[in-house]
Amino acid sequence: MAKTPITFTLNDSEVALFADHGAALIDVLRRGVGDLTPKQGCAQGTCGACTVLIDGKPHLSCLTLAETVEGRRIDTVGGLANGRDLDVLQTTFMEGFAAQCGFCTAGMLLAAKSLLERVPNPDRAEVIEAISGNLCRCTGYEPIVDAILLAAAKMQGRAV
Amino acid sequence: MLSVETYQTMAEAAGAMTDRSRFLGGGTLVMRAVNYGDQSFDRIIRSRQIENSIRSESGGIRIGAGATMADILASREVSFLHQVARLIGGPAIRNMATVGGNLFAPHPYGDLATALLALDARVVMTNGQAEPMESFLAGRSHARNLVTAVIVPNVSETEFRFAKISRVKPKGVALLSVAAWLRRGDVRLAWGGMGPTPLRSKAAERALSSGGQLDEAGIAPALAICTQDLQPADDALATAWYRREVAPVHLKRLLLNGGRL
Repeated sequence: MAKTPITFTLNDSEVALFADHGAALIDVLRRGVGDLTPKQGCAQGTCGACTVLIDGKPHLSCLTLAETVEGRRIDTVGGLANGRDLDVLQTTFMEGFAAQCGFCTAGMLLAAKSLLERVPNPDRAEVIEAISGNLCRCTGYEPIVDAILLAAAKMQGRAV
Repeated sequence: MLSVETYQTMAEAAGAMTDRSRFLGGGTLVMRAVNYGDQSFDRIIRSRQIENSIRSESGGIRIGAGATMADILASREVSFLHQVARLIGGPAIRNMATVGGNLFAPHPYGDLATALLALDARVVMTNGQAEPMESFLAGRSHARNLVTAVIVPNVSETEFRFAKISRVKPKGVALLSVAAWLRRGDVRLAWGGMGPTPLRSKAAERALSSGGQLDEAGIAPALAICTQDLQPADDALATAWYRREVAPVHLKRLLLNGGRL
């Protein structure tokens, strides 16, 4: 099968590899690089489990042709923690039981991270809008929305 | 075996298109087809120069085919389309899905195409021709050229209304969508989800254009005939019968209350 050389930045590291013609970004990340944090759910743009940030904005890695990210910056949940220190969002998700089976969590965290970088102090409606492309079949969403609001408050240094 | 060909210009890409190829915009339709093993094409065609700007010009507002739904939401030039773009997909889809792609989105997708049909937009092709949305949609399954841009008239937010009816809140695919461009004596109505492509209700347009006020009595004749030019189908979302039953209800709400109950 024909291969295409691709280079991009993944969580602050430079990546160079060969992708199969027509391969989706998620396949390159999971099989090519070994970053298993993006999850393949529906493969049709409905569930958001494969969400990654491309140049800081949420994109669906299962619907992104791998070679279109040449030279761009990709962020996954694999790069969210700083060493052993979890990101604030990861901490509030954990403490607020915002993950059950965990399959949607990576996409939720990145959708939330993108929101909080644009809108540091969102209201509940803005949080719901930000994760509206991410399906969760376990939690009923309320703990996830609460965890994102709590993370926003903590990042703003507000008492809660 | 799938191959990907990347061309510098849209004209070169258009020259490479065959019946066995698909042009890649944002990927939300083409890559989905790839993921599901669609065997109707084996070549993906790309261009490095896809127009993605949104700018006013003498004949209206020109929206590049590569502009995304997020680009529309970020543009003040097309603020009247914000209500449409906001209802398409979630944030990630809106960062990817393009205006050009939406013109080809099969039922039940294509909410923006529905709005553009109501607004009598023109579709600019790589051969330089501009075609009205209506004839473009009728022939889109065998389009011989690529879309480079859409030209939409500059309308005020008060004369353009749009509603998307979904079963799943806050984000769900449209059971039907309806767009209205309300000018005195010249009303255009377009529906999504009510046929194989977005379609106009021409009989209802005539009734509204010649009628009086946008009140209950004034719109009643149009409501009675609003589905006669439509061809809804049975699908997993609803039956054709149901769509015909609820279409006048949603049109009434749109005309009387701007889509709200």
